[in-house]
Amino acid sequence: MNSQEQFTIDQFYTCISQGKLVGGKCTKCAAVYLPPRPLCSRCFSGEFEWVEIPRRGQLLTYTIIHVAPPQFQHLTPYAVGILQLEGGPKIPGMIKEVDHKDIRIGMQLAVEFDLATPMSEWPKWPRYYFRP
Amino acid sequence: MGESYEHQGHTGATLADWSGLQHVSATRVEAACASSGAALRAGVLAICSGLCNIVMVGGVEKMTHRTTPEVTEFLAMASDFPFEQWHGITFPGLYALMATAHMHRYSTSEEQLAMVAVKNHHNGALNPKAHMQKEITLEKAMLSKVIAWPLKLYDCSLITDGASCAILTKPELAKKYSDMPVHIVGSGQASDTIGIYGRESLTSLAAARKAGREAYDMAQAGPENLDVAEVHDCFTIAEIIAYEDLGLCEPGVGGRLVEKGTTSLDGEKPINTSGGLKSKGHPVGATGTAQVYEIYLQLTEQAQRRQIKDAEIGLTHNVGGSGATATVHIFRRD
Repeated sequence: MNSQEQFTIDQFYTCISQGKLVGGKCTKCAAVYLPPRPLCSRCFSGEFEWVEIPRRGQLLTYTIIHVAPPQFQHLTPYAVGILQLEGGPKIPGMIKEVDHKDIRIGMQLAVEFDLATPMSEWPKWPRYYFRP
Repeated sequence: MGESYEHQGHTGATLADWSGLQHVSATRVEAACASSGAALRAGVLAICSGLCNIVMVGGVEKMTHRTTPEVTEFLAMASDFPFEQWHGITFPGLYALMATAHMHRYSTSEEQLAMVAVKNHHNGALNPKAHMQKEITLEKAMLSKVIAWPLKLYDCSLITDGASCAILTKPELAKKYSDMPVHIVGSGQASDTIGIYGRESLTSLAAARKAGREAYDMAQAGPENLDVAEVHDCFTIAEIIAYEDLGLCEPGVGGRLVEKGTTSLDGEKPINTSGGLKSKGHPVGATGTAQVYEIYLQLTEQAQRRQIKDAEIGLTHNVGGSGATATVHIFRRD
C-alpha cells in the first residue's frame, strides 16, 4: 500500500474497527508513526507502509478522572493512561477491567477494541482501551 | 476561545470596534491559554520590524456563565482531539498525567502540589484584582474534591471572566506616552507535539525550556538574575514543572523549592506574586498579558502589599494547552 491518502487517522480507526492496531512506517527511514501521518517528521518522506503494532505495552503514567465533559460524565470516575507499546509508539487511552487502586506505573497492559461504540455522526470512530 | 464560550469568533475586529479603535489593523492571535503571550510576541515583532509605532496586545475571556462540564469540554479542545479528547482525557487529566509521572519519578508529593495552591492563594489574598482573594490551608487543599487524581479542586486554576492588555512602543517613543515604561528585553516562543503522548518527557515541557532559553539569551540574563516571575500555574504541578523548565532549580526538585518557601512572597525567588492563575484566576485568553500586568506593577513599585523590594528584572511564562505552545518574556525596569 503506498497511496499516501490512506495514512490518516480515519484509516487508523477503520483498522481499529477491524480489530487491528496499525501504524505507518516510513519506507525511507523506518520511523513508525502511531497515529499515522502523511509526512515523515524525521526525513520528510511521504512514502509509508502499514505495520501492525504489538498490542501489549507498559503503563507510563495514569490519572483517575472525576470531572468529565458531558459525553463522558456517566463513566466517572474512570482511569486513563499512556501506554508505551512494545516496538516504540506511545498511545493514550482508557484503562478498564482493573480496580483503580491496583493501577501502577510500569504495569503491563494490553490494547483491546470496543467495537460496540455507536457510530452515528462524525467522527465515526470506534474506541480502543487498555486492560491487564 | 470565544466561539465556544460566547458564540463570538472574529474577536480581533470585535475588540478594536468596542475599544473605539475603528479602522486600525486588528488580528486575533490564538494559542489556547498562551494566546495573549503569543499576541505579546507578535506585538514585539511588529514594533521591532519598524512597521508599527504603537501596538496594543491583550486578551479577553468570559467563562463563568457556562457549566463546569461545558468548560471542561471547551478547554479540552486545546488538546489533541482524535486520541486525547476522544478517549475522555480532560485538561486537568493531561496535567494529572504529568503529575503522576513527576510523583513517580521524583517522589514529588501531593502535599507539595497543595503548597503551591496555599502560596498562591496567600498572594492572591493581597491582590485587589484577584478572582478569589482568600487564603486557604494545606488541609483544605488536601481534602478538596478530586478532579483528576492526583489533582484536586485546589490544584486547579479558576474558571474566570477577565481581560488584560499591554501597550507596546519603541524605546525612543516610550517616554512620550508613559512616565513609567518597562523594557521588554527578552522574548521566546516555541511549540511541541499537540498531544502529550508523543513527547520524550512527561515531566517537563520542551517548548517552555526552549522559549526560556531564547528569552534568557536575548536578555543576556539567566534565572539567577530574576527578581520576580509570573509562571503558568494552570495546575499546581505546572508551577513545579515551570521552576524546573526555567532553570530556577534542577529537574525534579521543584516540589522542594515550594516546600522550602524559596518561591513565597518573602522568599529568595518570589513566584506568582499576583496569586497566579490559581487565585488571581485564569480567563484563558487574557492570562498572558495579565501576567505582564503584574510584572509591570512589580517593576514600577506599584504592587502595594505584594511589592518585591527593588525588583529590577521580571519574567512571564505562559503555556498554551498541555505545553504545545510556550512563550517566555523578560522585562527590566527603566
